[in-house]
Amino acid sequence: MENLVEPFVELVRRAATDLPADVESALRAAKEREEPGTAAAGALEAILRNVELARERSTPICQDTGLPIFYVYHPRGMGTRALREQIERAVVEATRRAYLRPNAVDPLTGRNSGNNLGRSFPSFHFEEWEEEFLRVDLLLKGGGSENVSAQYKLPYAPLKAGRDLEGVRRVVLDAVYRAQGKGCAPGILGVAVGADRGGGYVCAKEQLFRPLNDTNPVPELATLEQRLLEEANELSIGPMGFGGKTTVLGVKIGAYHRLPACYFVTVAYMCWACRRARMEVRDGEVVYG
Amino acid sequence: MATYELETPIPEEAVRALHVGDTVYLSGLIVTGRDAAHKYMVENFIRAGVVPASEQALYEELKRLLNGGVIYHCGPVVRQREDGQWEFVAAGPTTSIREEPYEADVIAHFGLRGVIGKGGMGPQTLRACQEYGAVYFHAVGGAASLIADAVKEVVAVYKKEEFGIPEAFWVIRVEGFPVVVTMDTHGRSIHEQVERSSRDVLNRLVSSSTI
Repeated sequence: MENLVEPFVELVRRAATDLPADVESALRAAKEREEPGTAAAGALEAILRNVELARERSTPICQDTGLPIFYVYHPRGMGTRALREQIERAVVEATRRAYLRPNAVDPLTGRNSGNNLGRSFPSFHFEEWEEEFLRVDLLLKGGGSENVSAQYKLPYAPLKAGRDLEGVRRVVLDAVYRAQGKGCAPGILGVAVGADRGGGYVCAKEQLFRPLNDTNPVPELATLEQRLLEEANELSIGPMGFGGKTTVLGVKIGAYHRLPACYFVTVAYMCWACRRARMEVRDGEVVYG
Repeated sequence: MATYELETPIPEEAVRALHVGDTVYLSGLIVTGRDAAHKYMVENFIRAGVVPASEQALYEELKRLLNGGVIYHCGPVVRQREDGQWEFVAAGPTTSIREEPYEADVIAHFGLRGVIGKGGMGPQTLRACQEYGAVYFHAVGGAASLIADAVKEVVAVYKKEEFGIPEAFWVIRVEGFPVVVTMDTHGRSIHEQVERSSRDVLNRLVSSSTI
């Protein structure tokens, strides 16, 4: 396999320092909606200035560069061991260049490994696909937003949430309410309906790779996404939890087969700094975006 | 909603004049401290009968810095220049509520005038703010490059090896660090207000009974 360490470092740099255009324009639209002079408007102005500054200087948008989560789609015959090893080397180098904060802490000793490598750190999902090219998607997900992510088991009596999309609606709103501003609102919700507990989070985070302005191909999920976006904003938690018109920038839902006995709804809360980046290698040529 | 410029050490009356919603630009020396730092301070300085001899020097230094001072819940991205000097590259706030079990004791013990973080804190901290004269300053979560711009100098770092870079005590000199007061000395908390009003909306949105 060719040496892709430097292109992978560039992928990390882009994710950490260059907010995707769809997220930035959603933040701009949110700023326009807030009353000038309010704390909410001030927070969004600071966020937008920060996004520009980070891009200009190649410094991290947020100091919590989080857990790097790699979704790797590779063609037949490409070994995942070499891929993992090269990505890990790139993560170490990106940490050295201060694109990433050292974030891997051993829970037994309390020690930070210092280079973002550790057991199950970074996180990898490999999938062999039919395409002839390699795609690597990276999400940097910070700890604040991870702490307010939530998994519900339906039926959920406190909200009278049953095993249907109405039940899903109720628990997702509950998750937004419980998060308040703590996950760095306005957030983006990746939601998995179904799957098992572990798979729920994997699938919910995969939803976060969808562009904010896309439409869910499943009509009933598209309707639910739109309704939840409006209702979550009615909660008026607002940017940073200061109160305001925009609490959530997007809701992305996927439905996955479940066991007869289980009905999980998993809400992966992503902060406004939705740091995702994509890299593809086609015929030896590296393309980002 | 007024705008103020304050410099550490902050006099008590200046803090008592602040109200939720006020914007403040902070300058002077502040100290970062988050999860490991709060646990360490409470266990070694506040709840221990005697401060361990090995920790005495740091204790004295923190007493000096935090009296009238400000603690910042932050785990920065840093860079070391060739001459050994550290620089803050990205330095936004971390979620403060994890320090709720400790913060009231830290405010009382050291005479803190302010805590900077994000997401707000709970009733114990709010009570300590009232009683001892301190406020909670909310920084903009995620605005890390922007805030790093307000950090003019890294003066010292303590416990870097033991706690790791994000968790160490970084003593920094800031200029015009922008924050919003979200918990004041008058017992008011924006977080409490927003929590209450959003709960009412949630109840309305899920009120029709199913199952």
